Amino acid sequence: MNEAWLLLILPLAAAVLIQLRLKRIPALAAAVSVLSVVLTFLLSLIFAASDTVDEAVFTWAAAGDFTIKIGLQLDKLSKGMMIIVTGVGALVHIFSLAYMKDDEAKARYFCGLSIFMFSMTGIVLANNFVMMFIFWELVGFSSYLLIGHWYQKDSAAEAAKKAFLVNRIGDFGFLIGILMLWGLAGSLVFDQMALPAQGPLLTAAVLLVFCGALGKSAQFPLHVWLPDAMEGPTPVSALIHAATMVAAGVYMLFRLQFSFVDAEGIRQGWQLFANHSGEIIAWIGGITALLAALMATQQDDIKKILAYSTLSQLGYMIMAIGLAGHTETGHANLAGESGMFHLYTHAWFKALLFLGSGAIIYACHHEQNIWKMGGLAKRMKATTLTFVIGTAALMAVPFLTSGFYSKEEILLATLGHDGGMTPLFFVAAFVAFLTPFYMTRLLVVTFLGKPRSHGAEEAKEVGGLMLVPLVILAALAIASAFVIEGIGINIPAMFSAIDPRSHGHHPDSAVTALVLGTSFAALFAGVGLGYFLYKDRETDPLENNDLFQVFRNKFYIDELYLKIVRIGQDCVAAIIHFFDEFIINGLLVGGLSRSVGGLGNLFRRMQSGNLQIYALLFGGGILLVVYLTVFFTS
Amino acid sequence: MLAFLILLPLCAAIAILGGFSARGTAVLATGANLVLGLILAALWSNNPDIGSLSLQVLDKPAIHLSLGLFDGMSVTMMLLSVIVAFAAIFSGKCPAGSEKLWYVSCLLIAAGAIGAFLSTDLFFFYAFHELALIPTFLMIGMLGTGDRKEAAWKITIYLAFGSIILLAGLLWLVSASGANSFQFDVLLAAGTIPEPAQHGIAALLLVGFGTLVSLFPFHSWAAPAYASAPAPVSMLHAGVLKKFGLFGLLRLYPMVSEGIQSWVPLLVILLLGNILWVGMVTINQKRLDSMLGNSSVMHMGYIFLAFAALAESGGANDIALPAAVVLMFAHGISIAMLFALSDRIQQATGTLELRELGGLAKAAPRLAFLFGLAAMASIGLPGLANFAGEIMVFLSGFRHWTPAYDLPLGQNFTAVQLGTICALWGLVISAVYMLRAYRQTFQGKPVPATDNAKDLSCCERMPAVILAIALLVVGLYPNSILNFINPPERPSAPLSQSDN
Repeated sequence: MNEAWLLLILPLAAAVLIQLRLKRIPALAAAVSVLSVVLTFLLSLIFAASDTVDEAVFTWAAAGDFTIKIGLQLDKLSKGMMIIVTGVGALVHIFSLAYMKDDEAKARYFCGLSIFMFSMTGIVLANNFVMMFIFWELVGFSSYLLIGHWYQKDSAAEAAKKAFLVNRIGDFGFLIGILMLWGLAGSLVFDQMALPAQGPLLTAAVLLVFCGALGKSAQFPLHVWLPDAMEGPTPVSALIHAATMVAAGVYMLFRLQFSFVDAEGIRQGWQLFANHSGEIIAWIGGITALLAALMATQQDDIKKILAYSTLSQLGYMIMAIGLAGHTETGHANLAGESGMFHLYTHAWFKALLFLGSGAIIYACHHEQNIWKMGGLAKRMKATTLTFVIGTAALMAVPFLTSGFYSKEEILLATLGHDGGMTPLFFVAAFVAFLTPFYMTRLLVVTFLGKPRSHGAEEAKEVGGLMLVPLVILAALAIASAFVIEGIGINIPAMFSAIDPRSHGHHPDSAVTALVLGTSFAALFAGVGLGYFLYKDRETDPLENNDLFQVFRNKFYIDELYLKIVRIGQDCVAAIIHFFDEFIINGLLVGGLSRSVGGLGNLFRRMQSGNLQIYALLFGGGILLVVYLTVFFTS
Repeated sequence: MLAFLILLPLCAAIAILGGFSARGTAVLATGANLVLGLILAALWSNNPDIGSLSLQVLDKPAIHLSLGLFDGMSVTMMLLSVIVAFAAIFSGKCPAGSEKLWYVSCLLIAAGAIGAFLSTDLFFFYAFHELALIPTFLMIGMLGTGDRKEAAWKITIYLAFGSIILLAGLLWLVSASGANSFQFDVLLAAGTIPEPAQHGIAALLLVGFGTLVSLFPFHSWAAPAYASAPAPVSMLHAGVLKKFGLFGLLRLYPMVSEGIQSWVPLLVILLLGNILWVGMVTINQKRLDSMLGNSSVMHMGYIFLAFAALAESGGANDIALPAAVVLMFAHGISIAMLFALSDRIQQATGTLELRELGGLAKAAPRLAFLFGLAAMASIGLPGLANFAGEIMVFLSGFRHWTPAYDLPLGQNFTAVQLGTICALWGLVISAVYMLRAYRQTFQGKPVPATDNAKDLSCCERMPAVILAIALLVVGLYPNSILNFINPPERPSAPLSQSDN
C-alpha cells in the first residue's frame, strides 16, 4: 500500500460522507469537499517530485486465470495530469463556494464535485484498460449528475440525458476497441501490452478505441452534447466541460502512445497510430476544430461561445494525437506530446475563461446573452483584466502567453518532413484566425460600449472568494508554459519534450519562420476584423447573412440527429414493438400456445372457468406425469 | 440446516393459514431466512457440505430429496433468493382482505425458489420450481392489476409449455446418461452423453429452460405478467425464479456440451433478439412497469451471451460461468429493487403512465435517489453489481479471440464475438429507455400527480436499502461473489468437468 491511494480515497470519502451524513448541513458539506480537493492537490505536488509508482495491490475480480486488478500508475504523465486535475479542481471548488452560496441543493452539488474528482483521478491513475473504463463511466455519470443539477429545468434534464447517451454511443465503440486490443496486445495492463503487428485489425481496434475519445472529448460527429452541457452550473462547466473530463479522451489516447516501451526504453506507442487510424483521427480533430470555431462565431450565449471554443481546442489536441502516427510529418513522435502540452496550458486558461464568465453571469443577475451585456470593463475591472489575459492565451498572443507555445507546437506538427504545408496545416491556420476573431467579438460586445440591459447596468465586481481563483488562473495562463525554477518540478516537461524556452528549435529556420509568420498573421487578422466589425454594435451585423445563419444553427447537425433519433430509433422501436405484439406473440409462438390455450379452454369450461383450479390441476398434473414417466421408464 | 431455509417459509405459510398474523409471520420467517442464508454462505467456504441432506424417497429409479450447496453458483443463487424474498415480502403492500392469500403465495414462491436452487437432485430441482410457479399464476390472476386475466393465462400457458418441453429433455437426459439416478453428482460423474442424443437433448433443454427465462422468441409472456403481477410477485419471479432456467442450463451443461456447442450460432441470434429486438420494444413502452418488465427480458440476453461463450469454447472459457453467475445475482437484485420502487411510485402518485408523471424528485427525493441507484445499476454503472457482471460477460466473449492477420477482417470473429459486438449496442439501448423513464418520472417540473406525493418513510426504505447494499457490495468488490464460484482449492464442477 502506498500513500498514492489517498489521491483516490480522499475525494471518495468526502462524497460518501456528504451523501450519508452532511445532506442537511450544506456549509459543512462544502467545507469537506473543498478540504479533500485541496489535500489531494498538495499530495499531487508532493508526488510530482517523488519516484514513479506502479502497483496493483487490489484484485477487483478474478475468474479462473483471469484477473482484473485495480492498480495505480503514477508516472511522469499521470503526475502531470494530476496537477491539472487537482489544481483546476481546487480553484473551481473555491470559486463554487461563492457561486453556489445560495443554492438550495449545495450539499448535492459538492457531493457531485467530489464524485467527479474521485472518478477523474481514477482515469488518470489507471494502470489498465478495465480500470480506466470503470472510471471513464463514472466521470460520465458525475457529469450527468452535475449537468442535471437543476433537474427541474427541462433543458437541464434533457442536456444531462443527452450527454450521457452520446457518451454511451462512444463507449460502445470504445469497449469493442478495448476487447480487440486485449486480443491484439495480449494484455489489458498498459505496461504489459505488446506492440501488435500492423494490419487492418489494428487499424480497426485503434479507431474503435478512439470512439471513446470521440464521445468523451466531444469530437465531431459526437460533439453535440458539449454545448448543451452548459446547462450545468458554470463552475462545473469550467472544471468538467473545459479543463479536465473532456480532456480525458486526449489523455487516454496519449496513455497508449506513452506505453509500449521497447528494449531500449523508447516509447513505441505512436506506432499504433502509424496507419490509416492516425490520419482519420487527425482529420476528425481538424474538422472538429474548424466546424466548432465557425459555430462559435455566431453564438450569443457567453458560455456557448466558450463551449464551442473548447470543442475547437480539443480538436487541435486530437489532431496532434492523430498526427503522432503520421510518419510523413516531421514531428511524428512528438506530435502527441504537443497535444498533451496544449491540454495542459488549455486547462488553466479555459478554466479561467469559464470562471470569468461565471463571475460575469453572477454579476449580471444570471444574464448569459452577450448582447444584453456591454460596458462591463468599467464595472468589473479585475474580472475584465483576468478575462482578457485568458482570452490572450486562447488567441495565442506570441511569446507572452502559454497558449502560444502549445499551439505553435501543434502547428509545427502539421508540417511535413521537408517543412511542406499539408492540408491540415491550412485547417489549423484557419482555426488560428477564427479563434481571435470570435474571442474579440466576445470581448468587444461584453466589455466595451454601453450596458444593454438592466442586469449589466447593475453589475458590480464580484467578491474575493471568486476573484482569488481568477487571479491565480490568470497568472497560470501566462506562466504555465514556462519552467518555474526552484520548486524542483518541471511541469511543462511532463508533457512536452520540447522546452518552450528554446522555442523555434526546428532544424530548418525557414519552417520556424513559416509557423511564426502564420500565427502572427492569423492573430492580427482575427483581432482586427473582430474589433472593427463589432465595435459599438447593438446587434450582430452578420446575423442575417445566409452563410452565417448556417454557423448560427450549428450546421443543422442537432436537427439532423433529432430526425435520426425520431426515425432510426423511435419509429423503428414502434415498428418492432408492433411486430413483437402481433407477429411473434400473435401468430408464431401465439399459435402454438393457442392450441394449448384451446386445450385450456376445454379445461376451463370443464372446470367452470377458474384459473386457480386450472393452475392447481396443472401443477398437480405435472407432478403426476413426472412421477408416472419416471416410474414406468425405469 | 439447509432444510430450514425451505421449511421456515413453508411453516410460516402453514402458520398463516392457521391464523397467525400474516405480515408479521411472513416478515419474521424471511428475515430469519436472510440471516441464516448469510451465515450458511459465510461458513460454506470452509465446509462445502454444510447442512447437506439426502433422503431417499424412491429407490427405483433412485430419487432423493437431497439438498446441498453444490457449488458457488448454488450459494450465490441461495443468497439472491433469501435477499429478494425478504425484500419482496417486506415491501409488498397487500390489499386489505387478502392478506392470507398474498403472504402465503409469496412464501410458497420463496420456498419453491430456494428449494430449486438447493436441490441436488434433478427431480426435486424441477418439482420445487413447479411448486413456486403455481402461486405465481394465482397471484397474477387474482390480485394482479390491469389486464390480469390475460396476463395470467399467457404466463401459465407459456410456462406450462416450457416446463413440458423441459421435462421431456430432462427425462431423455437421465435415460441417455445411463445413470440410474437423478442426483447431480451421479449424473455429472456419468460424463457426457453419446453424440446423437446430445443434439436433441440440447435443443429441448434450450427451448424448455429458454422459455422459462424468456429467451427470444418465447418471451412475450414476461412483460405483461410482470406489469400486472403484484409487486412482490414480479420481484420474486423476475428477480429469482426466472434464473432457474439459466441455473439449470449452466448446471447440466457439462453433460451436453457438444450438443449445445452445435446450437451456439442459433443461440447467439436468439439472444441478440433479446438484447436488440426486445430492447427496441422496451424503448417504445409508455408505462413504467411494462418498461421494467421488458427490460428484464432484454437483460437475460447478456446472461445467455456468457452461456454461449462458455458453450462455444467447449467449457474452457474460465470467465464465462462466473460472469453469468454475477450477472444473474446483479440482475435479480436490481430488477427486484426497480419493481419494489415502481410500486411505491404507483402508490405515491396513482399512476405509472410515463406521460402523467414528472418532477417527482422534488416531492420524493429519497425515492428518486433509490430509484436512480437501481436504474443506474441496471444500465451498468460501475460500482454497482450489474457492471461487474456485464463487463465480465463481454470479456468472456473475447477470452479466446485469436486474431489472424492474413484473414479478411470479418472472418476473424466467431459467432460469439460477433454477438458480443452487437450485444454491446444494448448498452446504448438500455441507457436510452432507462434515462428517458427517469427523466420523465423524476425530473422536470412537478405535475399534479407528483406535486404532493409522499416520500418513502424510514421503514419503507428498508427493503430497497438492503437491495442497494447488495448491489454496492458486489459492484465495488465482485470478488465477494466470485470467491464462492472459484475458490482456489475447489474449482467449480462445470468447468473442471468439461476441460477435456
